[in-house]
Amino acid sequence: MSSNSLSFWEDSGNGRTGIMAWLTTTDHKRIGLMYMYVILAMFIAGLCLGLAIRLELIAPGRTIMDAQTYNTVFTLHGVIMIFIVVIPSIPAAIGNLVLPIQLGAEDVAFPRLNLFSWYLYIGGTLLALVSLFTGGGAPDTGWTFYVPFSEFTTTNVSVAVIAVFILGFSSILTGLNFITTIHRLRAPGMTWTKIPLFTWSLYATGWIQVLATPVLGITVLLIFAERVLGVGLFDPNKGGDPILYQHLFWIYSHPAVYIMILPAMGVVSDIIPVFARKPIFGYKTIAFSSLMIAFAGSLVWAHHMFTSGMSDTAVLIFSLLTFVVAIPSAIKVFNWTATLYKGSITVDPPLLYALGFIFLFSVGGLTGLILGSAGTDIHVHDTYFVVSHFHYVIFGGTGFGMFAAAHYWLPKYYGRMYNKTVAKVAFYILFIGFNLLYFPLFIIGLEGMPRRYYDYLPQYQEGHVISTVGSWILAVGVIIMLVNLIRGFTKGEELKGRNPWGAATLEWTIPTPPPLLNFDKEPDTSRKPYDFQGVTPDE
Amino acid sequence: MSNTHKDYAGAKLGMWLFLFTEVLLFGGMFVLYAAYLHEYRADFHVGGKQLDVFIGTLNTVVLLFSSFAIAAAITFIQQGKKKLAVNFTYLTIACAGIFVINKTIEWRAKFHHGIWPDSPHLRELSHGENIFFGLYFLMTGLHAVHVIIGAILLSVMVWFMKKDVINQQDFVKLENAGLYWHIVDLIWIFLFPLFYLVL
Repeated sequence: MSSNSLSFWEDSGNGRTGIMAWLTTTDHKRIGLMYMYVILAMFIAGLCLGLAIRLELIAPGRTIMDAQTYNTVFTLHGVIMIFIVVIPSIPAAIGNLVLPIQLGAEDVAFPRLNLFSWYLYIGGTLLALVSLFTGGGAPDTGWTFYVPFSEFTTTNVSVAVIAVFILGFSSILTGLNFITTIHRLRAPGMTWTKIPLFTWSLYATGWIQVLATPVLGITVLLIFAERVLGVGLFDPNKGGDPILYQHLFWIYSHPAVYIMILPAMGVVSDIIPVFARKPIFGYKTIAFSSLMIAFAGSLVWAHHMFTSGMSDTAVLIFSLLTFVVAIPSAIKVFNWTATLYKGSITVDPPLLYALGFIFLFSVGGLTGLILGSAGTDIHVHDTYFVVSHFHYVIFGGTGFGMFAAAHYWLPKYYGRMYNKTVAKVAFYILFIGFNLLYFPLFIIGLEGMPRRYYDYLPQYQEGHVISTVGSWILAVGVIIMLVNLIRGFTKGEELKGRNPWGAATLEWTIPTPPPLLNFDKEPDTSRKPYDFQGVTPDE
Repeated sequence: MSNTHKDYAGAKLGMWLFLFTEVLLFGGMFVLYAAYLHEYRADFHVGGKQLDVFIGTLNTVVLLFSSFAIAAAITFIQQGKKKLAVNFTYLTIACAGIFVINKTIEWRAKFHHGIWPDSPHLRELSHGENIFFGLYFLMTGLHAVHVIIGAILLSVMVWFMKKDVINQQDFVKLENAGLYWHIVDLIWIFLFPLFYLVL
């Protein structure tokens, strides 16, 4: 390593400058940032669609759009948020930035494949956007593409499912890359029990990406084949069985929620000990519980189908397995709490967002058990209770996990610090807006408000109004947070030291911002990842 | 520190992970096959009797031989006999070509009998037969696509060998392409009995 201290911003490593240096880069940090920028843009698009849904529902009947437009808007909101924002959010963006450095590596195992999966992601995203404006109009099936409707709707489902296939392929290659990196590129001395828990969670996530996503691939290919060839595999008129489609779809799409939540849990596991100045409580159980969740979470898919038609035995087994997944999830929550207990806590923005995660995820997780028990599920199935549950898990969980990760790691990569007070204010606005937005939906869901409906009975209006007002507050919080981050990373105070939070994992031992090949000296792997003895913040 | 390094074990690990995804991709189709076989056992029997066991068997032999050929090519490159390695890779590609030609003959015969997805004749048959032939076309079709991708991949490997990107010291690319070819073969080893023999 030469002695110059160029960061990865100045040193492209491929001899090119400007935009081409980025588009042809194989540097995991640049690829991570490129993922992040696209995800951010699509997140804002998805957020606007969500706000439009909430505004439409502020009063019964038509408010701002007709019923068909409403169907396409909630479909787009789902497809964009699930496949383009949430699934790649933490693994592809933050994972690319952080994972190789946490292992003491210069890059991922297959840097060119890494860039290729970014291009697949871009291709899939563009194709999804194309599907909106071509053919018979934007898809109106919901993000689940349920048959038989998805086979026969005249909207542009064929293009949308190919987009999903490509996005899935991108996700597979990222997972494959990370697993190989963790197996092969750990620095000497970086034993399995020294790997930071964020990277551990990405390891478990990688396996789900590799093993579950192909099933989604074949499922959406089959929809495409059905629409083009009319084979009839899922069409009852031709002997097909629509329930089989649901099984195939959820064999991927349930594990997919663990692709979303596991990395966020990893983020929280890395943040909590740093701000409690205590080693994480139960390192091995947290690492192992990630693998447990990945394994058990692959066996619970049919709990989405309790009302679709299944034998009672199957219902019982899937319900039981669903409860089993709650155990490793609860292990993590208890371990985080135990880590905080008697810690020397500094409430900096990353910790605040992490605590927000724990609260919101717990609400989402516990209401998940109500949905997982076969009896109560019959009552709340396909109501707003479900909508609220998964927004608590996915937005309150993964979303807040992503926000926490952004506040925690990004200053390292930009070399500048955001305004911490504004970040905290933004958090409280977000937190209040979030609960105002989603909590009333639990109540009207229990009262019987069905999901995906364009119109509703007047008795549900109160809940919808509170929820819509909450969506505005949430949007204000998001805007303040993003503006603060963007301002901070462009004009904020420059970080002089290497370790602003006083963390003990390897990414904080390298220069700020990191050089092209990450390490300016051999990574010191003698220290445990959460051993803060002698580590002090160095801004 | 240098940022170029070769990690053969890593490259192979990555390839194996990719092979898992192929197995699961086809796994979804095999699940459908199992469920529909359970539902329409008699119709599957009727449909299975209409398939051409001779061409199916011939294609199985061709693929098994091709797997031997690519394995031999890898052994030859390890021994530094590049000429033989290239020739055996060509042999594998030729097998892929024969397989696809046989498949085309087989499918054309089916089309000739009025059997293709959503054909008027198929709509007159029972639901079970429609599903059987639907699965037959989709599963063997998806497999044939993989055969073609494999042949393209092996052609690139020939080019790499001629450019000396692949040689006695550095042959992991050919090994990985060989692994891919074996999975294509292996999937056929399951498709063949399920469609042509057991029904």
